[in-house]
Amino acid sequence: MKNNQPARRLGLRGWVYAGKYSFERYLYLGHRLSGLGLVAYMVLHIVETANRMRGEQAWAELMALFASPPFKVIEYLLFALAVFHAMNGIRLFLVELAFFSGKPQEPVYPYKSSVLKHRPLTYVVMILAGLLMALGGSSLFFP
Amino acid sequence: MPGEKIITFRIRRFDPEADSAPHWESYAVSVFEGMTVLEALHKIKAEQAPTLAWRSSCRMGVCGSCGMFVNQLPQLACQTQVLHLKADVISIEPLPNYPNVKDLVPDLQPLFEKHTQVKPFIIRLDDIQEMEHPAGEFLQTPEEREAFSQFTYCIKCGLCLAACPTVATDPHFLGPQALTQAYRYSADNRDDGVYNRLDSVDAFHGAYQCHMAGACSHACPKGVDPAFAIQLLKRTLVLDHFGFGKKEAQTAAVLPLADVVKALEEFAPPPRTVK
Repeated sequence: MKNNQPARRLGLRGWVYAGKYSFERYLYLGHRLSGLGLVAYMVLHIVETANRMRGEQAWAELMALFASPPFKVIEYLLFALAVFHAMNGIRLFLVELAFFSGKPQEPVYPYKSSVLKHRPLTYVVMILAGLLMALGGSSLFFP
Repeated sequence: MPGEKIITFRIRRFDPEADSAPHWESYAVSVFEGMTVLEALHKIKAEQAPTLAWRSSCRMGVCGSCGMFVNQLPQLACQTQVLHLKADVISIEPLPNYPNVKDLVPDLQPLFEKHTQVKPFIIRLDDIQEMEHPAGEFLQTPEEREAFSQFTYCIKCGLCLAACPTVATDPHFLGPQALTQAYRYSADNRDDGVYNRLDSVDAFHGAYQCHMAGACSHACPKGVDPAFAIQLLKRTLVLDHFGFGKKEAQTAAVLPLADVVKALEEFAPPPRTVK
């Protein structure tokens, strides 16, 4: 690249901005964000459980805090992240081994890409994720 | 002309010899039904901005020269009709993820460098023997041809690399175009397989960096479906890793040359249409 040519690399904007691309592009973003959320939770979880070292009372106080309504909501959001990431991960596992994508064929306009061919799988997986989130929410908020 | 409409084009301008940074300029253009973005650019250049630069050639979606970022999507200007965009203001930028030469001209050098890395040609271990002493032809059944035919339609326009979110953050990622060509040649039964390309595709910046956003297939103007080719390539690599799917190298010279000539001679020509 010559020095006077701006690189025009989209960087994080290209990673985050799904714009007018297809539904799967948004799932890509969701998968990455939920993955980062789960990694952040794992770190927080270690910090949280380390509180046990401060004694039984400190631990009991922390547990009481986590039982409060705001933390219930956070707990549910965490659960929803995990469900989405797991279900979308199953979809990616199948699709990245080229299942549910048909066979290569001569491109005839209007083109139908493999992304559209495996979209029924995408819908089934997302509906299942929604059902699991609803079930989890009902057992958490209405035990 | 009936159905004409005034559309504002916001174009990202940059002249490396005059500008220190890119800037935006607006041009109002009267467009008609069927008018393409490329035609609109010609009109702007003829009537309002004679220094406006872009790259184009065939005007019919074959040469792959006029890729641009039109309303935040990488598209061929010659295949994109202005009124189909359904917007009164249309933004046009050079393709992202490439260096910008001038105005709407991207430098496609990264595309071609990556394309070269995957050895986009037939590789045979008996290559020299076959070149020195050709004994016949390599035959292909329609099914064998169909296994990769879709991926031969790539026109190297570079839209897929502009759409790919991984290329946006990882400049060394081979990207959809090169990986598709890696699969195209590896799946060809005249080729000795993916083993000759493992150093590039089975590497850190290779096939596994694709996280299946599908944006490349969404952007591809020729229906090549790069996302699909990459997933097929991943499957080939996984099967290869576990010792499955090793391709039988096609026997060289499956049909003696004399038989081919004889078959061609026996092949009836089509009836004359002109006397």
